[in-house]
Amino acid sequence: MSLKISKPSSGRQIFSSKIAAITVWTITILWTIPTFGLLVTSFRTGDAIYANGWWSAFTKPAFTLQNYREVFFGGASESLSDGILPYFVNSIVITLPATIFPIVIATMAAYGLAWVKFKGSDFIFFAIFALQIVPLQMSLVPLLQLFTGGAHIGSVTIFPALGIAGDFAGIWLPHTMFAMPLAIYLLHNFVASLPRELMEAAHVDGANHFLIFRKIVIPLSVPGIAAIAIFQFLWVWNDLLVALTFAGGTEEVAPINAKLASLVGQYGSSWTTLTAGAFITISIPLVVFFSLQRYFVRGLTAGSVK
Amino acid sequence: MKKSTRVVFGALAVSLVASVVASVSPASAAVNCDPYTGYKSMKGKTVTIFTSILEPELTTLQTATKDFQTCTGVKIKIEGSNQFEALLPVRVKGGNAPDLAWIPQPGLLVKMVATGKVVPAPKAVVANIKKYWSASWADLGTVNKKIYAAPFGSNMKSLVWYSPKQFAKNGYTVPKTWAEMEALSDKMAANGQIAWCGGLGSGGATGWPGTDWVEQMVLREYGAQVYADWVSHKVKFSDPKIQAAMKKVADWMQNPKWVGNVKGIATTTFQDAGKGIPTGKCNMLQQASFYGNILADEGATISEKGDVFAFYLPATNSKVTVPVVGGGEFTAAFSSRPEVQQVQAYLSSATFATSRVQLDNWVSANSGVPLAAYKNPIDRLAATYLSNPKSTFAFDASDLMPAAVGAGAEWKEFTAWFGEGKSIAEVTKAIDAAWPAS
Amino acid sequence: MEDFLPTTLSKFGSVFSAIAIFTVVLGTIFFIAGKFNGKKSKYIAIAVFVSPALILLSAGLVIPAVRTVMFSFMDADSLNFIGFDNYTWMFKDPNVAIIMRNTILWLLVTPLFTTALGLLLAVMLDRIKRESIPKSLLFMPMAISFVGASIIWKFVYEFREGDVQIGLLNAIWTFFGGEPVNWMLSKPINTFLLMIILVWTQMGFAMVILSAAIKAVPADVVEASALDGAYGFKLFRNITFPMVKTTVIVVLATQVVGALKLFDIVRTMTGGNFGTNVLANEMYSQVFVQFDQGKGSALAVVLFICVTPILIYNIRSIRRERAH
Repeated sequence: MSLKISKPSSGRQIFSSKIAAITVWTITILWTIPTFGLLVTSFRTGDAIYANGWWSAFTKPAFTLQNYREVFFGGASESLSDGILPYFVNSIVITLPATIFPIVIATMAAYGLAWVKFKGSDFIFFAIFALQIVPLQMSLVPLLQLFTGGAHIGSVTIFPALGIAGDFAGIWLPHTMFAMPLAIYLLHNFVASLPRELMEAAHVDGANHFLIFRKIVIPLSVPGIAAIAIFQFLWVWNDLLVALTFAGGTEEVAPINAKLASLVGQYGSSWTTLTAGAFITISIPLVVFFSLQRYFVRGLTAGSVK
Repeated sequence: MKKSTRVVFGALAVSLVASVVASVSPASAAVNCDPYTGYKSMKGKTVTIFTSILEPELTTLQTATKDFQTCTGVKIKIEGSNQFEALLPVRVKGGNAPDLAWIPQPGLLVKMVATGKVVPAPKAVVANIKKYWSASWADLGTVNKKIYAAPFGSNMKSLVWYSPKQFAKNGYTVPKTWAEMEALSDKMAANGQIAWCGGLGSGGATGWPGTDWVEQMVLREYGAQVYADWVSHKVKFSDPKIQAAMKKVADWMQNPKWVGNVKGIATTTFQDAGKGIPTGKCNMLQQASFYGNILADEGATISEKGDVFAFYLPATNSKVTVPVVGGGEFTAAFSSRPEVQQVQAYLSSATFATSRVQLDNWVSANSGVPLAAYKNPIDRLAATYLSNPKSTFAFDASDLMPAAVGAGAEWKEFTAWFGEGKSIAEVTKAIDAAWPAS
Repeated sequence: MEDFLPTTLSKFGSVFSAIAIFTVVLGTIFFIAGKFNGKKSKYIAIAVFVSPALILLSAGLVIPAVRTVMFSFMDADSLNFIGFDNYTWMFKDPNVAIIMRNTILWLLVTPLFTTALGLLLAVMLDRIKRESIPKSLLFMPMAISFVGASIIWKFVYEFREGDVQIGLLNAIWTFFGGEPVNWMLSKPINTFLLMIILVWTQMGFAMVILSAAIKAVPADVVEASALDGAYGFKLFRNITFPMVKTTVIVVLATQVVGALKLFDIVRTMTGGNFGTNVLANEMYSQVFVQFDQGKGSALAVVLFICVTPILIYNIRSIRRERAH
């Protein structure tokens, strides 16, 4: 068994690098312009935003930090007391377990469905795929009822009232549930493509499924797991619906997005706070992404096995 | 709040710091507790309120209720969300209702009462409602003859926003009658100016400003009875009367001479619509009293001689005296705990309403509030019309109609009426078709 | 704010204790389950690996799905059964016809574009130096919430009547001599302009997954075929594409489901007006704005049905893949 890092070699050339470079960079610039426009806009005054396009800011540079000041400290600085920091903490507290739990459970399920062949494993896999389509808006009420009241058949309690609505656990659990279909579906693709010979050899050596899962499947699936973990992270970070339904918008539990949505104001009117607020919300996932991007770029390469 | 692992983990640290903080924080000696002697002391109790109201008004609400909280020891926790209408039913049905909610649509209140989770108003609240509110307001908080909710905030919708500075510069005067308003609009057009601003855009609620315009005209032309029959669908949208009122709206807000690009109104957000007023890009906008907050957000000064102010949208029919369309929120309770009922009683009192209007940007239809207490001139103007006994008052019809119409077909069809040039006949036919059968 | 530090500590305490409990429980189960041997071990493995996911899925999604189907045959408040009325309503309401047409357009156009563009970029990124910078920038929209995306694109599609254009598209359009266009009102371009937003946000997803698959193609396979004289497009068609085909299908299927469920973009940009409405947005409006649980549920059931062809295709292609 050899682990080999695949490097770009002349043999893999499909398009010459020059054409590839030009195409990639052209699309990249096109892709980035809209976000760049938001960034520029968030540093402009309300009058300027209303008067001309953001690109005009470069011919007559006039930038201000006022918009960010307003979002962080409020217009009249009276909302200084409830700073944004507790909400930031909440976001991290929500996101970490809501990323780790579903990824671990989904990886297990993906392995179970792909490599512990049993009657009906295909059926379960496709059923899980189909469940992706269930709009999570439809799950909110029944799930909340389950958390607050438990489930009963007649007088028999088959599921106790967890009493976790309004608590962090009440956000982690729904996120874990809702992440399942897509995470299992994508991880199945990764896990199922692991080399069959490797698995068989391990079985011959006397390894059981749990050992194989820990020693072979997890290490070899790290690139896939990392990629899907980042998707899950982004999804949870950008979520507002689950958090507001299961926990509410108070300082104890609400994520930063909920706070920003409220800060942007009653009438969501002014482009100044709206753009600055939007940029603050997207900046954190961007920082996380940029600091983890090596997993996408190099991590995935290093993991390729043959 | 339910107990959790984090409580266990943090309990020690919290209690340590809490004791330190308690000993350091200054005694609240400066607070005058006389207005709150009627309320019981309930130290350590918390009442949660869920609302669609957001910052900065949430902070102002906390300021207004601060003395009450200090004197009674009840902590009021207000949570605002722009997803309020969607989240409240979910939380109530899911068994996670707040103690109190400020519901802006009487129709939604009826829906919530139907879930069986809303607690009827306690005696003290009923007494306040009878004492301070007119019958038309009290009726809106009553479902199946039982009083559930007291009115909370109000807004006055029969206003036209304009710029006193621009008017002075161009020699325009505030119109007193509909004819004067038409003449003024013509004059502006003759000067090469756009007379009327307008915007229907509001995300998923796009179209609602259009419902306000039609409501203004139905009330102005035909009075309270036809308006009430229209709300209950005894008078259909396709009724010649309603169609005629819509025609009148079209002559006004779809008049290309006055508004410039008619279709653009459908895609302009209602917030952006009035931004041209201070600079004279467009001159007048029919919007409710709360619109001043939006303009103030943009840095405009609101006063009779300032960047922006509002005048009363004139009547069109002399038989209907001082027609006023308004809206507002209602305080519904989902718990009968004593502290909740006490806060409910306090919120329906004139004491609360007065302390709130003194702080800016709020109107109450509570008759116990002296007009002189209003800090903001627009709010005072709005309150003058709301409390005027001669006023023909009507509550926002789209908030009273079934949601399938008032928050569905009406929005959609009015947007198509402006944006796609759909005819009044087709628009009204489609709305009538969407009216729920029962 | 005084108690910020202790509450923060306790919040993180709850995170770490939750993760610790999770790890310990899982470790214990693995340890005990690993002790079994023989035939029994397989069933225990199945139970341990698959059942947590199944329990979570049934509580979180299966039960709600069943409820939704049931509600679709009931009235607005889910009190009385009304038969197929919520379904016949769809055929009667002219708006629903437009909604169906748009939904089909969305699910045909956006997944294809997103996946094709993602594949093209994944292949090309493999060919260039310093790929991390463009890759990160291309992925960036993925990190932006739909609401954030709508604000960003408002500054692209904004229209001003006879005024300085503050929307980028109109600025470019008028620069080349065009008359300013109210894009969101222009049927049918408006729907396609909204689709661009979805492609813009989702392309990074397709690119990252496909890029991983391409990099997993063993280097010696590629080298061997290169020695045989396979270059350029021929190499891509004969070697690379067949090896990443399963992943392409996975990405396509995910995008189809995403396009079906999409509502945020439409909701914030046009509110579903001007002939741009889609199924998921109408469902949201019915349930959360018009409070009609029945019609909303019926629309959700139609969403389920829409996904079955893709499901069947998926089953077939994966079976075929296995047969090889």
